[in-house]
Amino acid sequence: MDLIFAEATPPGRGGVSVIRLSGDAARSTAEALVGPMKTARRAYFRDLRVEDETIDQVLAIWFASGQSFTGEEVAELHLHGAPVIARRVHAELFARGARLAEAGEFTRRAFLNGRMDLAEIEGLGDLLAAETEAQRRLAMRATSGELARRTEEWRSWLIEAGAFVEVSVDFADEDVPDEVPERVYELTERLRTSIEVEIKGFSAAERIRQGFEVAIVGPPNAGKSSLLNRIAKRDVAIVSTVAGTTRDVLELRLDLKGLSVTLLDTAGLRESEDEVEIAGIERARNRAVTADLRVHLSDDGDSVPDLFQDGDIVLKGKADLVGSQESAVSAVTGAGVANLLDRIYDLLSQKTAGAGIVSHERQLNELHSAAASLQDLRGLPVEILAEELRKCGHALDRLLGRIDAEDYLDKIFSSFCIGK
Amino acid sequence: MGRIADKAGIQFRLLNRRKGPAVQGPRAQMDRKLYRETAWEMLSSYPGVELIFGEVTAFTGTDRKVTGVQMADGSEIAGISTVLTTGTFLNGVIHVGDVSRPAGRWGNDASVGLAGSLAKFGLPMSRLKTGTPPRLDGGTINWSALDMQPGDDDPVVFSYLNDRPYAKQISCGITHTNEATHKIIQDNLHRSAMYGGHISGRGPRYCPSIEDKVVRFAEKTSHQIFLEPEGLDDSTVYPNGISTSLPVEVQEAYVHSIAGLENAVILQPGYAVEYDFVDPTCLRHSLQVGSVEGLFLAGQINGTTGYEEAAGQGLVAGLNAALSAQDRDAHHFSRTDSYIGVMIDDLVTRGVTEPYRMFTSRAEFRLSLRADNADRRLTPVGIELGCVGSERRAHFAKRSAAYSAARSLAEGLKFSPNELSDLGFKVRLDGQKRSVFALLGMADIDRDVLVASIPELADVSRETVSQLANDALYHQYAERQDRDASAIKANEALTLDPNADYSNVGGLSAELARKLGERRPQTLAEASKIEGMTPAALTLLIALVKSKVRMSA
Repeated sequence: MDLIFAEATPPGRGGVSVIRLSGDAARSTAEALVGPMKTARRAYFRDLRVEDETIDQVLAIWFASGQSFTGEEVAELHLHGAPVIARRVHAELFARGARLAEAGEFTRRAFLNGRMDLAEIEGLGDLLAAETEAQRRLAMRATSGELARRTEEWRSWLIEAGAFVEVSVDFADEDVPDEVPERVYELTERLRTSIEVEIKGFSAAERIRQGFEVAIVGPPNAGKSSLLNRIAKRDVAIVSTVAGTTRDVLELRLDLKGLSVTLLDTAGLRESEDEVEIAGIERARNRAVTADLRVHLSDDGDSVPDLFQDGDIVLKGKADLVGSQESAVSAVTGAGVANLLDRIYDLLSQKTAGAGIVSHERQLNELHSAAASLQDLRGLPVEILAEELRKCGHALDRLLGRIDAEDYLDKIFSSFCIGK
Repeated sequence: MGRIADKAGIQFRLLNRRKGPAVQGPRAQMDRKLYRETAWEMLSSYPGVELIFGEVTAFTGTDRKVTGVQMADGSEIAGISTVLTTGTFLNGVIHVGDVSRPAGRWGNDASVGLAGSLAKFGLPMSRLKTGTPPRLDGGTINWSALDMQPGDDDPVVFSYLNDRPYAKQISCGITHTNEATHKIIQDNLHRSAMYGGHISGRGPRYCPSIEDKVVRFAEKTSHQIFLEPEGLDDSTVYPNGISTSLPVEVQEAYVHSIAGLENAVILQPGYAVEYDFVDPTCLRHSLQVGSVEGLFLAGQINGTTGYEEAAGQGLVAGLNAALSAQDRDAHHFSRTDSYIGVMIDDLVTRGVTEPYRMFTSRAEFRLSLRADNADRRLTPVGIELGCVGSERRAHFAKRSAAYSAARSLAEGLKFSPNELSDLGFKVRLDGQKRSVFALLGMADIDRDVLVASIPELADVSRETVSQLANDALYHQYAERQDRDASAIKANEALTLDPNADYSNVGGLSAELARKLGERRPQTLAEASKIEGMTPAALTLLIALVKSKVRMSA
């Protein structure tokens, strides 16, 4: 493969900047800059020299093909983190025939070389995007090949069942059982149950991956925005405060004891005659309806009736005015805010129980199609039973990107930049 | 071949009769003499065909191009295309106990000179073995003590041009080995050629010798044996299930221990035969040797069994040899349209480790590769290539016209659940109208009753109804398979550069690069079958092709 390189650390000024090279000439190209490095996987502290001029003092290391992230020969140059140094090294690498890696190209090469399967790559993408502890844990399970191991086990059951079916078809003139043995149904039932456990674990895993949405709803002047501001000033890890998709929704993303939670301030839930505002309010309402949880805030502790769902939190606002109460909160004094965040966490963490290892829509679809093939097998003619088992096997293959991978490869590899 | 089999068949049985049409397989047992005579008659009367008998000892031409063959008497026969079918004769050695001698089969010399001449092509070659049981004199078998198995009451024949067998039909006897038989074999195991270490070639797992059965399935105290008469006026009986390479006296002893065979006389001992075969991965899909112009191989020389598999290859090699002689493009049978296509593709892309046998499970499109639609799948191809005679052409035209008419009739005629209920059929009362075609595919609807209750179908023949019902049964699967088939065809069509330098493709393991360099797959589909090929490596090849396309565009 041709030689590609990219900065593995974020661009800009920093302590260290790492340039990673992958391809046939990775080692020799790095050695041209820092001198010979005899042993793989050993760090060398060297002068990076070009034509007798020392550009920087660097740490260099190389990995042999078959023992690297991409599966190819890989070299890394750890420079001091000044953009001018990185720019100079880029120029030297271009001059030696290397090119800048395209988005996701390192990972693509890892996949092509059989170092990672599709589910692991999806997991790696999640890991790099992880912001909270729960997200990190979930992604780590995916990227360490847990799904691949589970799938291999499923496949072995499927192969055993298939063998029992095929023997009665292809060896009909031999001394073999003519009926489909009970063992086949045992195996396919066990497989279906196991796949369905993962399907059930999807929505929890997906919530962990995508994060939860909690909407604060209530009449105007109930103190929703003040509450949001109060939470934002508290000692929780704030991820971002960004304007929402509409001018009527404000989002506050925070890391709540490891869960990624986005608080929505659905300001402006009121009667209006302005058509644009009505449309905006409608969107705010819709966000509130689809949120994982709603906090109803009002002066008298009533919920917003048409938005209320079981399990919602109902609070009195302005606790500083009405006096401290169990289900009241004050944006002014902060009373009840910690209690509210605890309640939100408790309610949401119930929804993460039983999180599976499948957290992507694509993976879920393959699981559904695999499980569908295993429905109601009893009584099917043997050749159709065999066909269903085959279909199930194809779905499991696609789960790991064994086949039909090309279609979504481009999508996956271009949707995040790994290895830069 | 189907027509000859229908003339010579003395017992017809449809395997898997109680299972679905996609896995049913017509089988027949031949009268050897009738088959030989009918084949001779058909071939010798074929216009433009001259039959020459004699031993071929060498090829003429160079190691890159065959221009004909040289006979043992020194004469030469020139040919643009030569098809070589050596059966088990190429460097054949037969083994009975610890006695072995060169022979192609019992009573025939091995082909040794030809093996020497073949060597100059430098083809990858190896050894396989197969076995055969002792032949018995039917007159000495106590048939009255045995169960008899007749053929089917309504025999299914091979050729669409026939509707019933020609010859008189017979029954086979059934007997079993017993513990005494197994003890004799066990005690003499060391004297078997296979177990005595005299044989290096690999035998088929699906067709074990009686020694193998006794050793590998030690817990079974009895194995079934079919006693198959070899002809109507031939007393030779083929005891199917006890092939062996034990010494003659041990064969006598164990045969006599079996019920009904107490006094059976062995006419010819069982033996194992070892022979040369050519690694079929050096062949193209046309069965032409990739590196030798004008040379085609078919049958056991390509590492298959000598039965249907050999017959199918004979058709392919013969057809392509003729096309090549006419300077026309080779015909490539696809995995999607025939078992022949599956077999050839498996052979040339995967190679073999034991004599290759066709199993239906090897076919991805089993539900559409059926005996009842073979003509719809392949006869149009034959017509286009020019190898279909006028009688068959006319018969096919009639049959397919009848099918098309009946199909559109059956798809057009629709009934509501209430109408069906009036006719006595129970379907879900969902207000959905169902076509006769759909109804024919429903398991709980009696096909005969349905046809009888719809006057429009009175003129449709039973055979056509049965074709319709088979298609209807698998219809929903056929649609999915059609999609997969187009994907396969697209891959088959994605051609790889025959001169690609795989050693230069980063990301390919050294082993895969070497295999790709050796096999030089012509299409992506071929590459995908190479042993050890990973999906990742395939994606790499796709990328390779596509980057070439971009560069040349």
